[in-house]
Amino acid sequence: MQWEIVIGIETHAQLSTQSKIFSGSSTAYGAQPNTQANAVDLALPGVLPVLNKGAVERAIKLGLSVGAKINSPSIFARKNYFYPDLPKGYQISQFELPVVEGGHITIQVNDTEKSVRLTRAHLEEDAGKSLHEDFHGMSGIDLNRAGTPLLEIVTEPDMRSSAEAVAYAKKLHSLVRWIGICDGNMQEGSFRCDANVSVRAKGSDILGTRCEIKNLNSFRFLEKAIDFEARRQIEILEDGGTIRQETRLYDANKDETRTMRSKEDANDYRYFPDPDLLPLEISDNWINQLKDTLPELPEARRSRYISDFGLSDYDAAVLTGSREIADFFEETSAQLPNQAKLCANWVMGEISGRLNKEAIEITACPINPVHLAALLTRINDGTVSGKAAKTVFECMWNGELEQNVDAIIDAKGLKQISDDGAIEKLVDEVLAANAQQVEDYRNGKQKAFNSLVGQVMKATKGKANPAQVNTMLKNKLDS
Amino acid sequence: MTLSANDVKAIADLAYIEVNEGEVQATLSQLTDIFDLIETMQAVDTSSVEPMSHAQDVAQRLREDEVTESDQRESNQSVAPQVEAGLYLVPKVIE
Repeated sequence: MQWEIVIGIETHAQLSTQSKIFSGSSTAYGAQPNTQANAVDLALPGVLPVLNKGAVERAIKLGLSVGAKINSPSIFARKNYFYPDLPKGYQISQFELPVVEGGHITIQVNDTEKSVRLTRAHLEEDAGKSLHEDFHGMSGIDLNRAGTPLLEIVTEPDMRSSAEAVAYAKKLHSLVRWIGICDGNMQEGSFRCDANVSVRAKGSDILGTRCEIKNLNSFRFLEKAIDFEARRQIEILEDGGTIRQETRLYDANKDETRTMRSKEDANDYRYFPDPDLLPLEISDNWINQLKDTLPELPEARRSRYISDFGLSDYDAAVLTGSREIADFFEETSAQLPNQAKLCANWVMGEISGRLNKEAIEITACPINPVHLAALLTRINDGTVSGKAAKTVFECMWNGELEQNVDAIIDAKGLKQISDDGAIEKLVDEVLAANAQQVEDYRNGKQKAFNSLVGQVMKATKGKANPAQVNTMLKNKLDS
Repeated sequence: MTLSANDVKAIADLAYIEVNEGEVQATLSQLTDIFDLIETMQAVDTSSVEPMSHAQDVAQRLREDEVTESDQRESNQSVAPQVEAGLYLVPKVIE
């Protein structure tokens, strides 16, 4: 039987506010335990939550960039459960009327475009951290993270492969950073995904029983966890078994998922509107103000790169992978009108390759767009060959000669010979010295021609323009 | 809706409350009364009424996103039963 995998994703994006969602405590990462937990975060008696405007603004921005409906009023609810890192005994979240409802995100997988529908995105507070190392048989609680604002972004079960799930997660990750609502630091847990996975016979429109895999904090784990889970479910079904609805954990060391809790012992969260918080009203005026602060969105830029710069779908998608890369590309190409493809190739090739190799972000790139454009200008006007340009690039990367392109070309003797006279002289010498190959070429051996080109290039120490050498050789041989 | 003794036990379990058999029966009859009351209220047609999420007809006030709190760990932990390395210690719980 042919199986179809059905995936929905819930993402917790930590919002990049200075202070917590309901208190004035700092959200800075890595502070000493409990130094950023005040009376509200500790749930001391008599305290009241006061909603952070910055958190609401970020939620609205996400909604605007995915074409969602912004609910007004929007309601906060209590999600009740007992755990020591949640001192109130409930998490303030949203149930009915979340800030963001609907919307969609477009993904591309194997040249196919697909729209993933969003169900909702709601605001909530994070819990603290429990440390289960041995404190005389007790657990240690750090409440610095308690009350950190999160936006939980939930999709419809629209994805059909781990590749689509990863494409979605990457797209969302890029978007939240693009609009500046989340730093996207997955290692610090600022962006974590839960995947709901089920399988069904291909062609069926009934959803299978799903399992939720919690807390996947890298794209690779997301992919591997889904692949493992789908295989596990298919094996059970093919053996005539049934899937039990449950929450599972992914163990990266063993590359497998395992049961965390089954539906029978799942908590009943007894959601109800939080009487400590009034309905949140979001005016059209406020929404419009925020709309004005949004940067040009990745999808819009992507289309513009295709229509205005004539770039391929692929190039446009890679360049709009992050706002910083897109900006770098645009700043480079602004210096070199009508050479977008050359700029794109270098940003995606040399620059990205080198950044990856050294594991640094484009914001820390030692070569800025102006310098890169200066180099590309020299390729374009024939001063250096593409090959020599890579040597110049290396020198610039290492900060040689103040990254002055022309000075580097001079110092390293990389200038391409395009003087017809000089090349002609070398061509004549090579022809005279290789009578046999000339003969072979005239007898129809194409190989002999390539060998002659190679010898001329060698004679120029690779500094001749290959196209020019080609033409000249052809003219001489065919005349 | 009819409530069973098992429902009462499940609710008690969620609320981390210990109840004995006698209390289960007493609670069951009290809760059943409450459910009867709810049932009576549900007979009213509320389809045209917007659900009330708060008793006061005012909107939530917002605060600016600023850090206004300083480190109060020492005074907060002075009333905690047990602390170590800046952490609050609690009986071990692993779910």
